[in-house]
Amino acid sequence: MNRRYVVQRVGFALLTLAALLVVVPILLVVGTIIVRGASAIDWEFLTAMPRDGMKAGGILPAIVGTVLLTLGTALAAIPVGVGGAIYLAEYARDTWLTRLVRLAIINLAGIPSVVYGLFGLGLFVLFLQFGTSILAGSLTLAIMTLPIIISTAEEALRAVPTEFRTVILSLGGTRWQAVRYVVLPQAMPGIITGIILGLLRAAGETAPILFTVAAFYLPRLPRSPLDPTMALPYHLYVISTQVPGMPEEIKYGTALVLLALVLSMNVVATLIRSYYRRRREW
Amino acid sequence: MDVKIRIEDLTYAYGDKVALRDVTMDIPANAITVVFGPAGGGKTTLLRLINRLNDLIEGTRMSGRILLDGKDIYAPATDVIDLRRRVGMVFALPLPLPGTIRENVEYGPRLAGVRDPVRLEEIVVRSLKQAALWDEVKDRLDTPASALSGGQQQRLCLARSLALEPEVLLLDEPTSGLDPISTGRIEETLFELKQRYTIVLVPHSIQQAARVADYAAFFLMGELVEWQPGDMLFTNPRDQRTEDYITGRFG
Repeated sequence: MNRRYVVQRVGFALLTLAALLVVVPILLVVGTIIVRGASAIDWEFLTAMPRDGMKAGGILPAIVGTVLLTLGTALAAIPVGVGGAIYLAEYARDTWLTRLVRLAIINLAGIPSVVYGLFGLGLFVLFLQFGTSILAGSLTLAIMTLPIIISTAEEALRAVPTEFRTVILSLGGTRWQAVRYVVLPQAMPGIITGIILGLLRAAGETAPILFTVAAFYLPRLPRSPLDPTMALPYHLYVISTQVPGMPEEIKYGTALVLLALVLSMNVVATLIRSYYRRRREW
Repeated sequence: MDVKIRIEDLTYAYGDKVALRDVTMDIPANAITVVFGPAGGGKTTLLRLINRLNDLIEGTRMSGRILLDGKDIYAPATDVIDLRRRVGMVFALPLPLPGTIRENVEYGPRLAGVRDPVRLEEIVVRSLKQAALWDEVKDRLDTPASALSGGQQQRLCLARSLALEPEVLLLDEPTSGLDPISTGRIEETLFELKQRYTIVLVPHSIQQAARVADYAAFFLMGELVEWQPGDMLFTNPRDQRTEDYITGRFG
């Protein structure tokens, strides 16, 4: 057999192996969590307050907390992120200022999440006196999410052919009208992808909420944005490391709920994306 | 001859690359002025300057003036949006905007704030008829524009510009990708349109230039070699370079 052909064979085999290696851990993780956690999931687990030092009862406050934090993050991060991306992609000229902004975005993306947590503690909790609260936690998560949203949204906007903008201008439209009526709708699938990626990360993070919002044990639902709350990732951390004698199935059950929440967000995102993609025609 | 657009000593450069050098010419009203010459001669740049589409490009230099009805379109007081409504443009590549045939024609008027459905309907019908597309699409106005053939898309783009009832129509090789039949339709359309509009056309061939030109301007490497009535230029050019080009000695 031709030597080059053999090389190709071996190459393909290695590449296939590499691809399969990605699948194995996700199957193991999801499989383990389902097998060991499914038995914990029942109506009470999802809808009741924790009891007996969190060893019994449900995890409702943590679920509600994570949902609220994700919503809060979305409220803060989407307008700023998409707005910033529109500015960078559609309006910004290449000046030292925009270069600075870009540099900031790249560096924001590289900051470890625990540093965001400390930053949020300093700025929102202490300096702005929001206290340990959903507001402070959401804003901290939003800052962490911004670079993801901005960079994916900017990329999506730039992928829309320039000619569309030129046509709108030639028809007596303004740059904003071009963005509003053509560019933004066309870029929507990409923008939504970025938003979801960012929010997924925010929903699963522990470190940024550690000092800004998360309550160790708070068996009631938050009443205002200035209340602290339990949240799934932190709750998982707490019951896995801080509470001796915690039943295994509660830990895995909690992990399963977090996973299901995040995956269902992913599914919703995919649906929205394909809806917009069907309406796009270029 | 009424002068619609007067170009005076126009020089334009992208960075160090001079695209137009000291161009002076008149574009008469209600006639087809053909701007032709080899690639890179500055034809497209000239068109884009007439409705200020080059405004957004950074690092360009311009001197000289472009007058529309005697008014400098680069004067600070000019309303660029109003200018672009008065000076429509059709591009080389037909590019329907996302949406249906109807929506495409409605884009310009809607951007200008027209909302009345009766009025919009009138505009759609009139524009599509003017662009010689009406008969082919009247039963499927609400289907996606992207499903049309290339020739139909180009006439749709023409209709889209006509919807604003511009005074001047700039056409940059509008038939470059089209078959002879579609090309013939568009040329016929132009003959009718010139009763009411001032047309500036970059043709896709010398033959087309000769067919449609009331006036012709020959551009070579950013320089306007000569301009005069079409029948004169194509039968009896003044400049040797023009003659060489139209007789096919270079191209």
